[in-house]
Amino acid sequence: MQRLLASLRRDRRAAMIASLVLGVVLAVLPFVVGGALGNSWLRVLDFALLYIMLALGLNIVVGFAGLLDLGYIAFYAVGAYLYALLASPHFGLHLPVWLIIPAGAVLAGIFGVLLGAPTLRLRGDYLAIVTLGFGEIIRIFLNNLNAPVNITNGPQGISGIDPIRMGGISLARPIDFLGITVPSLHAYYYLFLALALLIVFVSIRLEDSRIGRAWVAIREDEIAAKACGINTRNIKLLAFAMGASFGGVAGGLFAGFQAFVSPESFSLMESVMVLCMVVLGGMGHIPGVILGGILLTVLPEFFRHSAGPLQVTLFGKVLLDPEALRMLLFGLALIAVMLYRPAGLWPSGTRRRELGSDAA
Amino acid sequence: MDIFLQQIINGLVLGSIYALVALGYTMVYGIMGLINFAHGEVVMLGALVALSVVSVLAGSGLPGVVIALLGLAVAALVCMAVGFTIERIAYRPLRKAPRLAPLITAIGVSIVLQNLAMLVWGRNYHAFPPVLPASQHEILGATITSLQLAIIAIAALMMAALVLLIQRTRLGRAMRATAENPAIAQLMGVDIDRIISFTFVIGSALAAVAGLMVSANYSIAHYYMGFILGLKAFTAAVLGGIGNIAGAMIGGILLGLIESLGAGYIGDLTGGFLGSHYQDVFAFFVLICVLVLRPSGLVGEKLAERA
Repeated sequence: MQRLLASLRRDRRAAMIASLVLGVVLAVLPFVVGGALGNSWLRVLDFALLYIMLALGLNIVVGFAGLLDLGYIAFYAVGAYLYALLASPHFGLHLPVWLIIPAGAVLAGIFGVLLGAPTLRLRGDYLAIVTLGFGEIIRIFLNNLNAPVNITNGPQGISGIDPIRMGGISLARPIDFLGITVPSLHAYYYLFLALALLIVFVSIRLEDSRIGRAWVAIREDEIAAKACGINTRNIKLLAFAMGASFGGVAGGLFAGFQAFVSPESFSLMESVMVLCMVVLGGMGHIPGVILGGILLTVLPEFFRHSAGPLQVTLFGKVLLDPEALRMLLFGLALIAVMLYRPAGLWPSGTRRRELGSDAA
Repeated sequence: MDIFLQQIINGLVLGSIYALVALGYTMVYGIMGLINFAHGEVVMLGALVALSVVSVLAGSGLPGVVIALLGLAVAALVCMAVGFTIERIAYRPLRKAPRLAPLITAIGVSIVLQNLAMLVWGRNYHAFPPVLPASQHEILGATITSLQLAIIAIAALMMAALVLLIQRTRLGRAMRATAENPAIAQLMGVDIDRIISFTFVIGSALAAVAGLMVSANYSIAHYYMGFILGLKAFTAAVLGGIGNIAGAMIGGILLGLIESLGAGYIGDLTGGFLGSHYQDVFAFFVLICVLVLRPSGLVGEKLAERA
């Protein structure tokens, strides 16, 4: 694998062909998945793209800047609720999507700075617990802001949210395009794919930019970074804001896709899940994080679909609660991966060199 | 005045439980610098095991206190075994790994324990059988049950015993040495593997006690209770200064008081705008304030720059 990637880096033509192949695969993937496995897996695919966006956003905060954030899902919630409030019958507002999604990114970014500003002095585990508390506070407010003024509709959540519309075409219904009918799930797939690719692109460009290198410097040694003339305060705030805005975008898409949001979707477990994607895949390494996002979305679904039938074939009936069994297996998989690959499944070259033991 | 006193009593009971759980977090953090995210689930296991034992024995005619003690004994044994196993499987192999790796395995363990409990006990809430005497006492207009009195007394006793263990015994000295500097402690002949195992076992035993207390006091237990309880207890540990034994106790009691007083008065303070369901916000808000103003916790040493 490594050798293949290295040769791609050297040979421009091979790289062109590889990206072309990748492009074709990504383009036909929904038809293959939808045809072979059905619509439920297509939804999983759409969610995988959303989680990749989230994981890449968190990767900026945790992976690049080394700031452990356990409340990241709050920004996803901010984006989702902004969309839900501005495009649903709840307030009777129906603003267009191209206005809401950027607004969600900006608002989430502002929340990111709000969280970042008071916690600049904190590091490591203390930062983790403050961000965790922040995430919980946002969730509790979403849960309870239905009285005395009904803003979020409390635990029931907001339903009937407008689907995403592009140029007057709703993505919630099949779209006729040049004689080909594109079903709704496919249309969402392409939209999410486009935005995920944009986020991947931004992440890659950031990584080796002046800002990206400043983040890594802060992660490695904050005092040394400061001594080198990096304005650590602004750069850290920028990391929070950037990461949060990615989350805000993903949240807005989530709300439009699901047509329903409730505080339940933004529990601490979700933050933990996104963090797991980043760490499991390989912190600070973009391909690794993407891999982590895909695996941790697909794996629980795979267990969900196989836990019940497998028991039926083995014992003739369902002995154990499939839902519990699937999470049990997922937890075990999480432990196993970390025990055998503590730096993640696909760590970056720098980290591999640092750890030495993993040199192969 | 009597409402105020009542909230203080409730806060003390809640705080004692938080403190016992927080000790488990803080001891592990002090020695290994690791957040044992699975600790809340150990409390949950303790609560459910104790509840099951008590339910089985409830019709046996034994005195209620004996039944509760038997339940506690079984729960403590189970929890100690679980705590020991967690450390062996999920943390020991990762001592030299990147800092986030054990955090992820901790989350994995937490998911595993929670779902294991769901498989064994199901999704339902379980009621704690009323075996313990429920006599009520009046103090200055507020009521306190004998169970609540017992919880506060037992928690205080356990904490005192723990302090004695850490300050006065050979084992305690080894624990303090390991917390100070594991490498040097090892050079001085301390078997740090054994000490770390022991720390997990003690913490888990305290968790079992706390689990029994929670389920007996609120008459209920279910597979998901460990998560939020663990979160609060961890908050308490940070509030007091994580890694610090006295800090965990103070933080626990304080958090219990803040929560019950906050929940009791938040409606009056905000003119009815925010109700008692903002109890959890209160806890986290105080936590954030403390950390921002005094990052090392209330009684923690100055370690703000610790990565």
